[in-house]
Amino acid sequence: MSQGLTLLPPSATAAARGTDLLYLCLVGFSTLIAATFIIIIVIFSYRYRRNSRANRDNPPSHARGLEAVWTIAPLLVFLALFVWAAHDYVQQAKAPKDALQVFIVARQWMWKAEHMNGRREINELHIPIDTPVKLLMASQDVIHSFFVPAFRNKRDVVPGRYSTLWFQADRPGEYLLLCAEYCGTDHAEMKGRIIAMKPEDYARWEERGALHPGLAERGYALFRRHGCMGCHAAASSVHAPELSGLIGRRVHLSDGSSITADETYVHDSIMEPQKDIVNGYEAIMPSFKGQLNEAEIMAIIEYIRSLGPGQIMGDRP
Amino acid sequence: MITRASRTAFASDDMGVRSSGKPTASSYLHDGYSLWSWISSHDHKRIAILYSLSITSFFFIGAMAAGLIRMELLTPAADVVDADTYNRLFTAHGVIMVWMFLIPSIPSVFGNFALPLMIGARDLAFPRLNLLSWYLYIGGGLFTIAALLLGGVDTGWTFYTPYSSIFSNTHVILTLLGVLVVGFSSILTGLNFIVTVHTLRAPGMGWFKLPLFVWAIYATSVILVLATPVLAITLLLLAAERVFGIGLFNPALGGDPLLFQHLFWFYSHPAVYIMILPAMGVASEIIPCFARKRVFGYKFMAFAIIGIAVISFLVWGHHMFVSGQSVYASMVFSVLSFMVAVPSAIKVFNWTATLYKASITFTAPMLYALGFVILFLQGGLTGLFLASLSIDVHVTDTYFVVAHFHYIMVGGAVMAYMGAIHYWWPKITGRMYAESWARVAALIIFAGFNLTFFPQYLLGYDGMPRRYHTYPEQFQVLNILSSSGAAVLAIGYLLPIGYLLWSLRHGKPASDNPWQATGLEWTTPSPPPQHNFDQIPNGAAEPYDYIPEKGVQE
Amino acid sequence: MNTDNTACSPQAQIDARARIGMWVFLGSEIMFFGPIFFSYMYGRYEWPQAFEAASRSTDLACGTFNTAVLLTSSLAVAAALLYAENGSRVQARRALNAAVLLGLLFLLVKSYEYLQDWHEHLVPGPSFQMDGAIDLAAAQLFYFIYFFSTLLHALHLIIGIALVLYCHRYLAHEPGHGAVRRLEITGLYWHFVDMIWIFLFPALYLAGRAS
Repeated sequence: MSQGLTLLPPSATAAARGTDLLYLCLVGFSTLIAATFIIIIVIFSYRYRRNSRANRDNPPSHARGLEAVWTIAPLLVFLALFVWAAHDYVQQAKAPKDALQVFIVARQWMWKAEHMNGRREINELHIPIDTPVKLLMASQDVIHSFFVPAFRNKRDVVPGRYSTLWFQADRPGEYLLLCAEYCGTDHAEMKGRIIAMKPEDYARWEERGALHPGLAERGYALFRRHGCMGCHAAASSVHAPELSGLIGRRVHLSDGSSITADETYVHDSIMEPQKDIVNGYEAIMPSFKGQLNEAEIMAIIEYIRSLGPGQIMGDRP
Repeated sequence: MITRASRTAFASDDMGVRSSGKPTASSYLHDGYSLWSWISSHDHKRIAILYSLSITSFFFIGAMAAGLIRMELLTPAADVVDADTYNRLFTAHGVIMVWMFLIPSIPSVFGNFALPLMIGARDLAFPRLNLLSWYLYIGGGLFTIAALLLGGVDTGWTFYTPYSSIFSNTHVILTLLGVLVVGFSSILTGLNFIVTVHTLRAPGMGWFKLPLFVWAIYATSVILVLATPVLAITLLLLAAERVFGIGLFNPALGGDPLLFQHLFWFYSHPAVYIMILPAMGVASEIIPCFARKRVFGYKFMAFAIIGIAVISFLVWGHHMFVSGQSVYASMVFSVLSFMVAVPSAIKVFNWTATLYKASITFTAPMLYALGFVILFLQGGLTGLFLASLSIDVHVTDTYFVVAHFHYIMVGGAVMAYMGAIHYWWPKITGRMYAESWARVAALIIFAGFNLTFFPQYLLGYDGMPRRYHTYPEQFQVLNILSSSGAAVLAIGYLLPIGYLLWSLRHGKPASDNPWQATGLEWTTPSPPPQHNFDQIPNGAAEPYDYIPEKGVQE
Repeated sequence: MNTDNTACSPQAQIDARARIGMWVFLGSEIMFFGPIFFSYMYGRYEWPQAFEAASRSTDLACGTFNTAVLLTSSLAVAAALLYAENGSRVQARRALNAAVLLGLLFLLVKSYEYLQDWHEHLVPGPSFQMDGAIDLAAAQLFYFIYFFSTLLHALHLIIGIALVLYCHRYLAHEPGHGAVRRLEITGLYWHFVDMIWIFLFPALYLAGRAS
């Protein structure tokens, strides 16, 4: 039947253990405060029950010193808690540059994962331990949330934008993956497993599954099939922005502002090309809404990413 | 057909013990017996009773939804209801409990009944507006019931887009309209209270002579008036999005689902303070009375109430730490959320300090009030976990949050509501309830509550998400504990229906001031005459003028 | 302000209650319109060019005329209050007539404008189109905010006209201070509705026209 009571889920990352440490400290602090006050209330209730013989002379109506202490002290504790938690949070927020990228598409009611080399999984995610892994996530329909209790980490996957989540597992094993944002009928069924393996095992697993062309290869094929070459190829007569080396580059827009091109920018440029027009170009790019799905856009992004500044559009990845 | 003679006869049956010994006019209860006289009444006391009946009905509908939910969660599999039904159940539970029960509860019942009495007024500033508020509440409630009868809504009470705007094919708009109309009811109620407190105080009653319950209702009313309109517009925008397919919240048309979340939580966070501030006010009335001692640090208590109300508008983003708002924004909301805990903590310390060198009796209201302090303390402490960014990333959208808000709303607000019912029952009905039964019920509720909701903290940290009707096996033991607690809690809530109704007929008639409490509402008969006071009282007395040893008001 | 139950006359007390009540209500109305302005600012920030282009396609003549009409109507209501306070009820009623007529004129022009918008396919929906629009989705969003906010404003204006008519009748039939108080409160509401328009007008009509 049930596997018994667990108070803490398994912890598979150093960040998880860090969260646990803060949590347990906070549990200790809360227990101390709660117990203190409950005991005080019980003692006062007993000692000062009506008709008891306790000394009730000069009941204080205020105690400035005590009041100052019990205002300042909690404030200081709260600030300390804030700093500790914020520090851990900020570290969780930004993935290391060399993180292994995996692409996640969430949809009602399943998780689809695709590795760089093209290997795909549904409701399962194989990852190597001792390696930072960064998930680039998109939703095809409603808001979902990628939640791995063993990593003490989750992130909402919001349609219309990319969300990222990174972690570094340090213990091999299988960990529960759950959807944590209500998404409709089978929200509770939208679960899976994270399978963390030693790097050598992971490499072997990854190779075995390379039945499809890698993401960048697929992106190249899509790029050609949907006519992007017509404008964005170097030899094209149409004036269109250069895409090699785009990811991470500073782009100047026609309204005077400038942004750093990231995955969301490329995604929006494909789906809503009128949104951010590059300075000096006309707003003539058509939208590919309805022609490309989230997975295909991710593939195209990988193709664009694969072309360094030295290469030209039309080169194979 | 009430003749003058028979009216006097009733009055004399109802007389009980009158401290003045003078024959009084008949009470507001006897001021007309027809249904029409009740539902067309401008009397704040009658309107309070109308509210209490409707609110109690909605409470039990919401509670039945919870009962079904807890039954389903006894086992990991979906064996009681199917997924769609379950989703409608938790949505109904949330919508009804938040908007039809918690938000109106203490303000519309006890704010209405007791506040004018407490400040020595004959009624609220706008009595007809008060009746309109009730009608709007009933109207909105009927929309919501209609949506329920037509099959319910499955978006969750939070209506997140794009699920609610595009994907759900349930009666979203009907429910939105219901909430909208109830929202207008609460705006008008808040307006009424604000004007009343500003303009109808008894002579000599300056702001710092006001009972803390009045401060609490006042602060609540400010939040009601300023925050609820934002909800109204947000729901209207959502309805328009559903009907016209515009794209404000739809990413496929360039909109942003997060915009909805910001707008929604801008109201809904202050909303939770609408639910708890009146409860704090109730505790501040009951504890001094049954401790026979002035509340400790009156001025700080008043300032804390205002401080909580103000800061409550600044913390809404703590519901969105993993939604995709910027790290910077999350940090700002986190630190502000810690700040709002400080005045709440001060209040808990002050209630505890009130007990020092006091002279305490453990009547049912006092049990509820002390239970409130203990459970609110626990709920507030877990708020610290949620304000901590790294912990929140793990526990948000899990049962940890569910446990936290139930500790505050049920352990806090509902306990205070029960305490208020018992405390003011003699004044409202002119009868005493059965004290032993009431104490037993209070203890059963306290025990049942903890058994229901404490395991949910553990479930949450363990990783069980919210709104799940099936779950991984390892979560079953804690779920069984929680559901057992719910059964105990149900008994605890049913008992008062029994003995309170019984007391209406067979309870001992109440004197003007059965608790020997301070406060102007206790200087008038129980139940009060329609016009509240024969003469407007003087309001210059210090509040909570209790002396412990004597056990009698000075 | 001493607002407890003794020092002021009953008249002044009722006045104070009504005044505070209306100001509190206006406070809630500000929070009601606030999110709409916020959504507008959000759209303007996200899609500046599209919003400005859409704003240029509104009817500036109608908008400007309507602004003048509404400001004049506020003058009329203020004048009515002054007349009523001085006892010149006949003139007060005339001023209120002017206010009602101006209010109705505003609604007439607005309806004409809506009709034009309909003919030019500027109503959000499947038939929405805007010539020269570079971002149709954002332009449609602008027009959604335009219709939503101006319809809400028009609804408030209709309520205001009803209140003014009520005051008119009260002035005619009830001697005494009650009429003046009702007019003062209605005036507060009317001026507030005017203020909303004063913010809506530049946001919806003038954006993108400055350069």
